[in-house]
Amino acid sequence: MDHLLQHLINGLVIGSVYALIALGYTMVYGIMQLINFAHGEIVMIGAMVTITCINLLLGANVALPGILLLTIGLAMAIPVSMALGYGIERVAYRPLRNAPRLAPLITAIGLSIVLQQLATLIWGRNYRPFPAILDIKTFEIGGAVITNLQIAIIVLAILIMAALFFLIERSKLGRAMRATAQNIDVARLMGVNTNTIISLTFVIGSALGAVAGVMVAANYDQAHAYMGFLIGLKAFTAAVLGGIGNLAGAVVGGLVLGIVESLGAGYLSDLTGGVLTSSYKDIFAFAVLILVLLFRPSGLLGERVAERA
Amino acid sequence: MTTTTSPLLSVKDLKVAYGGIHAVKGINLEIKQGELVALIGANGAGKTTTLKTLVGMVKPAAGSISFDGQDTSRLAAHDFVSRGLVLVPEGRGIFPRLTVEENLQMGAYYRNDKADIAHDMARVYDLFPRLKERMKQLAGTLSGGEQQMVAIGRALMSRPKLLLLDEPSMGLAPIIVQKIFEIIRMVAAEGVTMLLIEQNAKLALETANRGYVMESGVITVADDAKALLANPAIQSAYLGE
Repeated sequence: MDHLLQHLINGLVIGSVYALIALGYTMVYGIMQLINFAHGEIVMIGAMVTITCINLLLGANVALPGILLLTIGLAMAIPVSMALGYGIERVAYRPLRNAPRLAPLITAIGLSIVLQQLATLIWGRNYRPFPAILDIKTFEIGGAVITNLQIAIIVLAILIMAALFFLIERSKLGRAMRATAQNIDVARLMGVNTNTIISLTFVIGSALGAVAGVMVAANYDQAHAYMGFLIGLKAFTAAVLGGIGNLAGAVVGGLVLGIVESLGAGYLSDLTGGVLTSSYKDIFAFAVLILVLLFRPSGLLGERVAERA
Repeated sequence: MTTTTSPLLSVKDLKVAYGGIHAVKGINLEIKQGELVALIGANGAGKTTTLKTLVGMVKPAAGSISFDGQDTSRLAAHDFVSRGLVLVPEGRGIFPRLTVEENLQMGAYYRNDKADIAHDMARVYDLFPRLKERMKQLAGTLSGGEQQMVAIGRALMSRPKLLLLDEPSMGLAPIIVQKIFEIIRMVAAEGVTMLLIEQNAKLALETANRGYVMESGVITVADDAKALLANPAIQSAYLGE
């Protein structure tokens, strides 16, 4: 177990990214019982827009520190993803609000494919390298290595999640969002414009997704038009693992999944006597999904209080 | 624009088609400022549909609804509370995973007057000391009677001009029903105008000033509550006598 700490660090980094994306799935599910399968594409587009912006700035010989270039790229990508999330809900889901639940689900999958194809038209089918603008430093702790970028990812993820929890649990808007999730008809009677609340839910989740997309692209030095599919599915798994609809569950599910996957990738070769290598690491996310659905479909934190005493 | 002569709520020839059936087939209702009016009738008579239509949850097929001097028949459901029209829905409709306090705050969602909201909150807690004890508890963990208190307290936080109550006694033990009706009388005494739907017709008519009887989507009798209680046809059909 010599690299245990290293695997835990790597797991924590990717787990933070899963958690941010899983929050987008779980918020939308909580309010409209819909799995927004296009959410992974919003993550991808966040990453792609950031890379394009940075490359444009570099092409124009803008001499700014890397961190500033990244911030500008992110500041462009977040509104794009938010607008996309808003548009998706308005165009694809709202007309199906009263349709059988299978209809919006199929629409979600269709949208996901449409967005993937659009992305290949804009950005091509090849991997896009993340511009080498960041001054990566490594630190050693107990034999393991962590970069300043990884530390930044974890810290930023924590800050964003803390802000989100404050918004949902403490603000008047958050109260209205929770009320809408619990009883949309009565929320309307209280004067809540529930269409606005649903739009906001998509917009906030999309902003988180864009940040997560940039994190994963920066961490792995690349992005790809199809990257949203796998990372979206894994984040969805994280949301189910934590208990879909439950915000804290999405965070716990994301972190647990990231760590399980990282440990799995690290020890898979040893465990199978070299038959399976770490490139099979995706097995773990989906094994987790199957196990959760079999044995605890409500997820780790999915227990709810009785609706009526 | 309410004057002493014009009614607070005036419904004319209201027709509602709901789920493919004509649930309400042309009814007329009038409620004046300060009245407590009961709407009684059998299950499926169209009472709940009528209330839902009054607050925009269901759109009318025909007819007019005027509240406080304005046509409200085409407003969205979220535009009613700020005009003073509030429904306590059938089955109470509390937010189970919000605390009691948060439920009450939702009643004041459309308001921004912090000091007045705090004042109203204190008043609701005076009215329902039980809720004050449980303010930090999730509403879904309360008993049925306490949940009904949350629902009524939440409606009072909206400062209603007209409070619509759909079956406030439903599913509650008789002693709790008495308690809820005591509260309804207290709220009425504070000057809140109310329209009450109730299966327990006797209790409703004993509490109300006036009553309407609804059968298969039409209003068949409208009279003073006392007269309805003394009416032999009503007695045999609805009062179990």
